[in-house]
Amino acid sequence: MSLVHVHDLNVSYGARTVLSRVSLRIDKGEIVTIVGPNGSGKTSLLRAIIGAVKPAAGHVQRAEGVRMGYVPQKLHIDETLPMTVARFLKLSGHVTAPQINEALTRAGLPDVSRAQLSKLSGGQFQRVLLARALIGKPDLLLLDEATQGLDQRGSAAFYQQIEQVRQDTGCAVLMISHELHVVMSASDRVICLNGHVCCEGTPAVVASAPEYRALFGTGTGGALALYRHEHDHHHHHDDHTEAAE
Amino acid sequence: MLDDFLIRATLAGIGVALAAAPLGCFVVWRRMAYFGDATAHAAILGVALALAFSMSIFVGTITVALVMALTVSALSGRGYAMDTLLGVLAHSALAFGLVAVSFLSGIRIDLMAYLFGDILAVSRGDLAVIWGGAALVVALIGWRWSALLTATLNEDLAHASGIDPRREQLVLTLALAITVAVAIKVVGVLLIAAMLIIPAAAARPLSRTPEGMALMAAVIGTLSTVIGLRAAFVLDTPAGPSIVCIAALSFVSTTLVSSLRRAA
Repeated sequence: MSLVHVHDLNVSYGARTVLSRVSLRIDKGEIVTIVGPNGSGKTSLLRAIIGAVKPAAGHVQRAEGVRMGYVPQKLHIDETLPMTVARFLKLSGHVTAPQINEALTRAGLPDVSRAQLSKLSGGQFQRVLLARALIGKPDLLLLDEATQGLDQRGSAAFYQQIEQVRQDTGCAVLMISHELHVVMSASDRVICLNGHVCCEGTPAVVASAPEYRALFGTGTGGALALYRHEHDHHHHHDDHTEAAE
Repeated sequence: MLDDFLIRATLAGIGVALAAAPLGCFVVWRRMAYFGDATAHAAILGVALALAFSMSIFVGTITVALVMALTVSALSGRGYAMDTLLGVLAHSALAFGLVAVSFLSGIRIDLMAYLFGDILAVSRGDLAVIWGGAALVVALIGWRWSALLTATLNEDLAHASGIDPRREQLVLTLALAITVAVAIKVVGVLLIAAMLIIPAAAARPLSRTPEGMALMAAVIGTLSTVIGLRAAFVLDTPAGPSIVCIAALSFVSTTLVSSLRRAA
């Protein structure tokens, strides 16, 4: 049984359709990456899975009692809200000090539990968000462009951490990323999204798929150079280009 | 002890300060200051309606405040410019309320008492209503505390933790309506928002956690009430505004101290 099963999902905001007939399933322990251009509905898909947007049609089926850990794209902490890292991690319920330390270590952080959230660097902040997602011992970890604003080395380290977490805890990971060359090596499966599922498969299969290259071109990052060859057909997605992220 | 009007006034002010402290923190964190204003200003319409239909003032104000707060909640996030919308609603509610009061020619009303409060005239019954309402607000916010904080941080984070941000917004809306209804006697509709925002803002530089900030806001609000009432008594100044003045001075001092500490 899959952890999450998305059936023919449609999502629209007002008259604008962002996702149409998207189906996918996430199985235990696998790392799935969603790639797609801006406005392709990646974030909407993730939000539908966590229940933040209602499907216009189709449905999202979660396995009985599945625990989800969500790492948002970015989180703006208002200056007026004082919040230590420890307090933030305790928000999700009853959490003990050793559990906090374990989650921080697992997320690759030193003991910053007494620091104010607003004083952390971008990389540390993302890791605190990861620690928060991990503290509930999730079966499925959802990451929405979790490395936005990190430099390449920082995001590579972050994704290594995710792989490590999967190895240690066995949780499945569904993540959105722009940094294909960084993410692809860590992914078991890649789903290329542009309002609908364009193509999916192993990273190598997707990277060489014509639909994928129609969206991203052939020059996306050094790692993809291996798969570079000429397009054999063109793909038009004009209806979706203005859709909300 | 409750026979002394000054003691009743002090207890009434402390009741409002205690309810306003945690709620005021959320008003500050969620940038709802104008929202509080709109709800409070609408209460004057509630006063007029209560007098016209000879209901209790408390029931009248809480009803209108709740309707106003729900209207604003419903309209928010629908593409209106929020500050414009709130500006329209807040001031038209106040204007309609004032006009409505003027129609009540049969009844003599001390309008100033509702605009600026009449804390020195608090009765034992008022005191019971104020403390009852304050206890309800504190209980409501305490019960939803973690969920409210999570929803304040990030709505998607809340959804992922099984929290519905709209329901939490509703909790705050309800708490706001109750606070407005109980605070009208103490500081009046024009200064309710001040009691919400100023102690919370003054507490910010002294706090490391959300709970610390709410507690500190309660302390500052209580001290402002006690000192403000004392000052009003000695200097013969209006009581409600004097309380707000002391709160404002405490905001200035905590802000100064923290910026000096940062510079050092």
